[in-house]
Amino acid sequence: MTAPVERDGAAPECESVPGPRANIPHRYRKKASFAWLGLLPFLLFVFIFMVIPAAGIVTGSFQDANGAFTLANVRNLFRANIISSYLITMKVSATTAALGGVLGFLIAYGISIGGLPRPLRAFMSTFSGVASNFAGVPLAFAFIATLGRVGLVTVLLRTLLGIELYDTGFNLYSFWGLSLTYTYFQIPLMILIILPALDGMKKEWREASENLGASTFQYWSKVGIPVLLPSLLAAFVLLFGNAFGAYATAYSLTGGLINLVPILIGAQIRGNVLHDANLGYALALGMVVVMTMTIAIYSWLQKLSSRWVK
Amino acid sequence: MRKKTGLSWLWFAIGMVYFFLPLLATFLFSLRGKKGVLSFVAYEHVFKDPQFLRTFGFSLEMAILTVILGLVLIVPTAIWVHLKVPKAKPFIELLTLLPFVIPPIILAFGLIKTFSRPPIVLVSSPLLLVAGYIIVAFPYIYRSVDAGLMAMDLRGLSEAAQSLGSSWITLLFKVVLPNLRTALLSATFLTLAIVIGELTLALILAWPAFGPYMALMGRNLAYEPAALAILSFALTWGSIGLIQLLTRGARDKGAKLGAVTH
Repeated sequence: MTAPVERDGAAPECESVPGPRANIPHRYRKKASFAWLGLLPFLLFVFIFMVIPAAGIVTGSFQDANGAFTLANVRNLFRANIISSYLITMKVSATTAALGGVLGFLIAYGISIGGLPRPLRAFMSTFSGVASNFAGVPLAFAFIATLGRVGLVTVLLRTLLGIELYDTGFNLYSFWGLSLTYTYFQIPLMILIILPALDGMKKEWREASENLGASTFQYWSKVGIPVLLPSLLAAFVLLFGNAFGAYATAYSLTGGLINLVPILIGAQIRGNVLHDANLGYALALGMVVVMTMTIAIYSWLQKLSSRWVK
Repeated sequence: MRKKTGLSWLWFAIGMVYFFLPLLATFLFSLRGKKGVLSFVAYEHVFKDPQFLRTFGFSLEMAILTVILGLVLIVPTAIWVHLKVPKAKPFIELLTLLPFVIPPIILAFGLIKTFSRPPIVLVSSPLLLVAGYIIVAFPYIYRSVDAGLMAMDLRGLSEAAQSLGSSWITLLFKVVLPNLRTALLSATFLTLAIVIGELTLALILAWPAFGPYMALMGRNLAYEPAALAILSFALTWGSIGLIQLLTRGARDKGAKLGAVTH
């Protein structure tokens, strides 16, 4: 999905000319409201192909098979197997957001202020653009070739170190396998999101605090972390949502062995498991709620961090 | 300072291993089609499979339709927002976040529910798939065009053109679009890369596209899927590498790439 790399909201051309608005002749003001009509084709398209389908999911969650109002679907979301499905999806999302977030941050830090040569930075942001898009079916295949039963790493560990990876309890098609696979696109996404924030960390702050006698620890605890924290949390939240909504990678890797929420919804649509369309809508509704909260928190944190990051 | 650089290199190296090891493994795996020797036989099998060409052709067609219709819909809108209703900007930016809130699996579900019964039955038309793809690609297209518009002085240019007597059409085709060339190209390649390998919408809406074909191969074969993964990585890498090359000059304006689809 998306890494909305946001600019500070106020575009320069948005600023209205100061002065009493009442002086503007009436017909000009009228013209401005007609200008909104130019957006109509696009808004209509979004309405028909995104808003109405999404609304259909919401209404479907509160209907029974005959279309009558019911809360049964939402109540069914609290069945043990569905709760556990939400929990495992959150666990995968949080784990990969943490893993990808930490590694991505450390790499981004290295190429931004950690003293790595400049050309590496251009290379890294190009590469992150590609790698964060390398997901879905091909990514699943790549990890099967790497960590599957006859994968490169599995075989190397066996022949070089005598370690039977699959005897240690590891399985590519279970929690850790899936998490390592997701982390592949989480790291570059983190790099893309956090680089602008790191670029906002001014050298002068470090120098000023060192001149005032601050230790490295003091610099980070009093300046670095407070400035970066909103950006870091925002990035984590976005990575979380990114993993939560992922379907293609999980589908082609595990084929539905792990009951992630998207997998459950997919199975439901394709008529394999639940055979209860309205419960499917409720599942989808739950997911939309999680994603909405994610993006709301993200936007709020972004606003906090935009004080520093220009 | 020296120690810090060393640590930076370490993290960078770990990142590189994480990125490249799976690719290397996939490539080596794809060469093992014939027992005992390394060969490109898996690639031969892929290219000889009529299904490969058929599904790839279908996805390419869908991708091209998505690019054309998506640009026709979104580019004028973005220009209009910049020129006439800058107040709408935050609102449209909010809309670009919606496809994140409604991931492809949910979108597909909603599209099926909405368009499989009257008044509008569209599930048997590939246009519904294209519409879904436009929704998925819209944030990328919009952001790229938006960045392109920010980088040029649209207002000044349009005032200059109009005071010289040019019409709206002339303004659009002779002034604005040529200046947006890079942004349009990067939107195009990104959309192509996203749509061609897309699995979720195509699978749920039941179209014989490249994504579902790859997933099916993964179920039945061992080495051919690895070959497909390498081909598809080359495609993504090629498209996005090209964008980066094209937008190199404009990159200082801010990160405009940020794209994931699963």
